Amino acid sequence: MTDDDRPRGRALITLDRVEKRFGDVAALGGVSAEIMEGEFFSLLGPSGCGKTTLLRLIAGFDEPTGGAIAIDGQPMAGVPANLRPTNMVFQSYAIFPHLNVAQNVAYGLRRLRLGRAETARRVDEALGMVDLAGYGSRAAHALSGGQRQRVALARALIMRPRVLLLDEPLSALDKKLREQMQVELRRLQRAVGITFVLVTHDQEEALIMSDRIAVMFEGRIAQLASPETLYRRPVSRAVASFIGVMNFFDATVTGEAGGLIELDVAGLGRVAIPPEQAPGGVNGAAASVGIRPEMLTVLFSETDRAEHEVTGEVVEAVYYGDMTYYDLKLPGADRPATVSMRNTAGRRVLRPGDAARVGWGRESVILLAERGAGPAGR
Amino acid sequence: MTPGGSDAAGPPRPRRLALPGRETLRGLVLVSPPFLYALLLLAAPLTLVVLISFWTQDYLTLDRSFTTANYVTAWTEPLYVLLMGRSLAISGIVTLTTVLLAYPIAYFVAFHVERHKALWLFLITIPFWTSYLLRVFLWKVILGYNGVLNSALMGLGITEAPLTFLLYNANAVVLTLAHAWAPFAILPIYVALSRIDRSLLEAAEDLGDGPLRQFWRVTLPLSMPGVIAAALIVFIPTVGDYVTPRLVGGTDGLMIANMIQVQFGKANDAPLGAALSVSAMLIVAAISVCFLWLNHRFTRESG
Amino acid sequence: MSAPRHRGWFRGYAIGYLVFLYAPVVLLPVFAFNDSAIIAFPLTGFTTAHFGQLWAAEAMHGALVSSLKVAVAAAAISTVLGICAARASARYEFPGRRPIIGFIMLPLVLPEIIVAVALLVVLVQLGFSLSLWTVVLGHVLVCTPFSIAILSSAFLNLDRSLEEASQDLGEGRAMTFLRVTLPLVAPGIVASLLIGFTISLDEFIIAFFLTGTEPTLPVYIWSQLRFTAKLPGVMALGCLMLIASLALLGAAEYFRRRAQRQTGETGGYL
Repeated sequence: MTDDDRPRGRALITLDRVEKRFGDVAALGGVSAEIMEGEFFSLLGPSGCGKTTLLRLIAGFDEPTGGAIAIDGQPMAGVPANLRPTNMVFQSYAIFPHLNVAQNVAYGLRRLRLGRAETARRVDEALGMVDLAGYGSRAAHALSGGQRQRVALARALIMRPRVLLLDEPLSALDKKLREQMQVELRRLQRAVGITFVLVTHDQEEALIMSDRIAVMFEGRIAQLASPETLYRRPVSRAVASFIGVMNFFDATVTGEAGGLIELDVAGLGRVAIPPEQAPGGVNGAAASVGIRPEMLTVLFSETDRAEHEVTGEVVEAVYYGDMTYYDLKLPGADRPATVSMRNTAGRRVLRPGDAARVGWGRESVILLAERGAGPAGR
Repeated sequence: MTPGGSDAAGPPRPRRLALPGRETLRGLVLVSPPFLYALLLLAAPLTLVVLISFWTQDYLTLDRSFTTANYVTAWTEPLYVLLMGRSLAISGIVTLTTVLLAYPIAYFVAFHVERHKALWLFLITIPFWTSYLLRVFLWKVILGYNGVLNSALMGLGITEAPLTFLLYNANAVVLTLAHAWAPFAILPIYVALSRIDRSLLEAAEDLGDGPLRQFWRVTLPLSMPGVIAAALIVFIPTVGDYVTPRLVGGTDGLMIANMIQVQFGKANDAPLGAALSVSAMLIVAAISVCFLWLNHRFTRESG
Repeated sequence: MSAPRHRGWFRGYAIGYLVFLYAPVVLLPVFAFNDSAIIAFPLTGFTTAHFGQLWAAEAMHGALVSSLKVAVAAAAISTVLGICAARASARYEFPGRRPIIGFIMLPLVLPEIIVAVALLVVLVQLGFSLSLWTVVLGHVLVCTPFSIAILSSAFLNLDRSLEEASQDLGEGRAMTFLRVTLPLVAPGIVASLLIGFTISLDEFIIAFFLTGTEPTLPVYIWSQLRFTAKLPGVMALGCLMLIASLALLGAAEYFRRRAQRQTGETGGYL
């Protein structure tokens, strides 16, 4: 656990054992978490994990069937969406088709009775913030996907909410635009200092943008941590395989000595690791270890050395241009391990059937309590 | 690490009860005005008609003692049986001809018209924005003694004297009704046809079916829901049509609706009229249900 | 998939079918402008006198006014009822939703004479005197299913997140309905009003049974059909009614397309 994982500052949203049932189906099974003031918080998980349900409960579109939500210390039970200090960017953007851009952005200002000039000034300011200055008189249907997204953003930000909720805001955009918007959203969040809560199924997006991420499976939070911790210290096989690629090896916990956990790993051999590398704890002898493809190294030259070494055989080599991904059969392991290697100058690409020496270090190993037939999640 | 673990041991908070009734209640409140309207002005009247059909009428007063005599009359009196049978026969033939004539048009617009589909559909519906009465009356003008058809036939020298069998019989009723209900048959069939995924036809072709087999094995079965809808939409109202038999049917073309009107009007026998109405409704409903059931079986077996 | 020669056959059939469909309608202007007191061939000459007669026909004017009153009332009431039913069925789940909506739609598949007779019986039993209002009651029953059909597609096409966005931006239920829902379904409402108006204007059987001393236009026309001398005037009247209907239909189509442009949805009432 790094320092990034400890919530800093003041809790803005408190989720206390929040439950949501639809008939007999539990969409959320008791979620507790604190979302801090000014942080970029992501709810990440596969579709149907309850992340959007949770966002809608925070927004006030649905009421939880159990537990409580508080925003800024105020309990939200019974408070309708229109009276909550939250604003939302919808997945479909929900741009009012009968209003132009300026009217869309000014929609929520009606209740403030600001007067014409002040309204216009704020609309211009909000449009400027999302790089749409001068688009005020455009009709809603004349906007591109990216522009709709910006209008939705301006319309929510103009309300100066305590929390901005974003429901898969980038999923409708193409890859290039999405990557550009990821950076822009992050920049915008830092500039306005408002708490952002983002729902996404895209792990890369969550890693790039968030201060902290809650990974959700089946209506529960599986792990809540900073992007780096999530990637380097996943608590379960499900989290490990949902975020990035992870090789799993069956392992046996053989003992403890000098504060280190001793392991016998099928295919890799014996290793002793500190308890920080068992973020999910130790639970019995039967376990598995995870190791990321980039933490394994093919030792091309005779003189290359590593802390631990094993020799395997290339089963498959997939060439990506900048990288090559190898599937290597290691003696004693029940399935091939994936190794990613940067194609640096002069480095050759191995072919299936070639023998390969693989090096790794003990700090790259994660001990996971479960064994599995295959990777859980994806 | 447990997320937000510090709060988990806090005192139990009051749970907010789920209110499954709130949205449900809104829906019920919203639907109640039209529902109450239909209850008061459709269900209640229909119930009263059923009740009256078991009563008797003596000039203007109703005798409310229960009797099935009206139904005995309705189902045994040769005139009523004849009218009922004729109504069903005419409606059946109208339905069959209308659907058969409509199918190729719907097929043409759905599959052969590429750019002006909306225009074709518009062209098909325009004639039906003329007054229904006038449309029926104009058929009388076309089929009449000095009518368009006779004038044309004589003008072309095909016939010597005006044909008299054109008007005032069941054929005239069939023709007029087939015309009046044409768009109601074309539109559902067109909708069903245009929903067919073209790649299914390409798949059938790819698997070796010629155009006719494609039609028989793919297009027709997939368009059956439209055909069934068209048939019911035409059949049900035509059984009760009043205007057409009155204007072009003569005495040989009168149908059950004309008799119902007579019973409620001149004959002053509302109970018999009610019995005839209820009988007609029951027969139509029974036929419709059979039809739907057959269609259900058919689609289940083939699909 | 079809050879061009098939297309030729189909096109021929389609044109033949259109001739069949248009045969009666074409005769309407032919006899309206024919300079003869009887409706028969051969044609005798051109005149606009039959249209002139319409100016003088007091009874017809009365019937027209009655019909317009009935049609406006029937269209308005059935549209309001249609909004309730369509909104309820598109937005809410409640027990018996399908049977309730199905029941309201029932007049669509009920022979009109049954509806007319049933209403007549009940009104007479309750001691109501027949008037234009009783006609309105019947017409609302027949028009409401059409309103529901049109408005259902309008309400179903409405993206629910638009209403949520409005609430999210601070508006309550009522203001959300006024500022978002209503403007977005307005074209559907206009179309429903126009269709209801047109159906009511043309409806004969129910009006025939339920009208009191003031006939509606179709009832008036029915009474005129018996008099040969009145027929050319009726033809002229029919022409004007057709033009009016087409204008209304065009307006309905215009609003439907505008609605499509706004919501980006395709597909119409067909």
